[in-house]
Amino acid sequence: MAKITLSKLRHSYLSTPKSDSDYALKEIDLDWTDGGAYALLGPSGCGKSTLLNIISGLLVPSEGQILFDGKDVTALPPDQRNIAQVFQFPVIYDTMTVYDNLAFPLRNRGRDEATVHQRVMAIAEMLEVTGMLDQKAAGLSPDNKQKISMGRGLVREDVNVVMFDEPLTVIDPHLKWKLRSKLKELHQRVKATMIYVTHDQTEALTFADQVVVMQLGEVVQIGTPVELFERPAHTFVGHFIGSPGMNILSCEVHSGAAVFAGQPIALEGPIQGAAEGQTEIGIRPEFVSLADHGLAATVTKVSDIGRHTVVECEAGGCRVNAVTEGAAPEKGSAVHLAFRQDMTRLYVDGWLATAPANATGEQGAA
Amino acid sequence: MKTENQKAWFFVLPVLALVAFNALIPMMTVVNYSVQETFGDNVFFWQGLDWFQQILRSDRFHAALGRQFMFTFLILIIEVPLGIAIALSMPRKGFWVPVCLVLMALPMLIPWNVVGAMWNIFTLPDIGLLGYFLNHVLGISYDMTQDPVAAWVTIVTMDVWHWTSLVVLLSYAGLVSIPDAYYQAAKIDGASNWAVFRFIQLPKMKTVLTIAILLRFMDSFNIYTEPFVLTGGGPGNSTTLLSIDLVKIALGQFDLGPAAAMSLIYFAITLLVSWLFYTLMTKDDLN
Repeated sequence: MAKITLSKLRHSYLSTPKSDSDYALKEIDLDWTDGGAYALLGPSGCGKSTLLNIISGLLVPSEGQILFDGKDVTALPPDQRNIAQVFQFPVIYDTMTVYDNLAFPLRNRGRDEATVHQRVMAIAEMLEVTGMLDQKAAGLSPDNKQKISMGRGLVREDVNVVMFDEPLTVIDPHLKWKLRSKLKELHQRVKATMIYVTHDQTEALTFADQVVVMQLGEVVQIGTPVELFERPAHTFVGHFIGSPGMNILSCEVHSGAAVFAGQPIALEGPIQGAAEGQTEIGIRPEFVSLADHGLAATVTKVSDIGRHTVVECEAGGCRVNAVTEGAAPEKGSAVHLAFRQDMTRLYVDGWLATAPANATGEQGAA
Repeated sequence: MKTENQKAWFFVLPVLALVAFNALIPMMTVVNYSVQETFGDNVFFWQGLDWFQQILRSDRFHAALGRQFMFTFLILIIEVPLGIAIALSMPRKGFWVPVCLVLMALPMLIPWNVVGAMWNIFTLPDIGLLGYFLNHVLGISYDMTQDPVAAWVTIVTMDVWHWTSLVVLLSYAGLVSIPDAYYQAAKIDGASNWAVFRFIQLPKMKTVLTIAILLRFMDSFNIYTEPFVLTGGGPGNSTTLLSIDLVKIALGQFDLGPAAAMSLIYFAITLLVSWLFYTLMTKDDLN
């Protein structure tokens, strides 16, 4: 087990990258603490798999270093890094039995059969596959195959990090949940650092203690699921996480106050730095409520999503979503919207520009 | 609710008629000849299983069958490993892929009789490129019209040249279908190159290899044109394979009865070996 440090990491698939856009990864500096459960979350093509392959050693980065416990491993091949990786499609050795599959990484490293047997039995018990050990691996169901490929990673007692590259993609929905909780349980038992790559926010938020959100080859925010939800550092995070995503409203800033659709909007606190460039208000639908007065809006759509109702409104040429409980207004009716002040942020060129006020935010209408 | 549509039979019918006309009817004629004796004029005498007994007990048939198995065994033992080795060393992506594929396919595009004629001229000791080179430059005595060993080397080499590509192309198709993740996982698991071949590549190639071996077995077991053009079965009878012998009996000696019996035995052996091989190779896949 080890602490993993990525230092000034850049990677391009081109041999002579010219501009920033030629890089699949743009300058990544990250520390993964020992034993942490991390998720790497981002849309397809954001560079998360590239980053994973660099950590595992399947790719050598164009620039920068990877350190395991302070030791430079940038040039080491995967088998010398003591890492484990679970792929999108379960990789199993078809002709071997489940037992031989699990024993494979140990036998390749020349461990004696007694150690192999003891480790395989322990892992099989942990994964609840003891009954299948004598079976040919080819005949297993996809979720069991994925368990076996996980097991091949965990069977080595000294793995530095276990990485999961969208491991639940091919698993049936009703088994996804089971396997996900199994993963969480495994993390608590083996205490290895785990990195879980996904584009599914539910998977990321339920698995990880810390979520790293990536977009276009950059890390946009690192935080706990709660932090990502409550204080997105970038409008992308606000939009990507949450369902529906954060409301992003283009606004003007006049002498330190935000103005949207001709109305001043109270922000959580003072604006940091110069509010120049593209200014936007960000507020989650969960913190928008229907009120007697406030921002005038027209209801354009009402959708019932079970416990809540999403009311889609139009105000000042922008779409504003509100999540409400109880009775919802009719489509087409005129309403007023209130924003919870301590949850109303200002973004400049996409990045968070407000700091929370020292006093606790009051519930106030704009 | 099940809807049954019998119209499909009309689409199958033309094929059925064609197969009956060019395969079933001639085959039944062969069966007819194999149990009768004729002296021409469409006069037949019942002979029972005499021809079959005669063929099965004849030394000539045993010798030809032995040579046939020898030939098939030799070409399989060379073509299969060689084909796999070539497929493994071919690039998986990039500019050279189509180049390699086309080069590999070329020998298979040449008609059998042309292949025989080509190799015949190629190996002639006085004017052939290879024959002249071996005899007059390297000083190795090589004449396939005189020396049985040289004749065997030539027909085996010719078949390897002509048909290894089939094994290559089929193995290659199996190889490119292996997702990258398998190789990556194997690297992480610390697998050696041999282990990657043994536990990833070979299992993934198994289905196509079974087909490749089956095709090569059947084709080589029934081979006629190439050795006929190249050696004509000689020198002596040294390269007289089953099919060549069969044609000699049927058209050379005009012994239609024994020839018919022999071709049925020949057919049964091909069928039996193919069935055995295929059943053995696929018995694990059932569960």
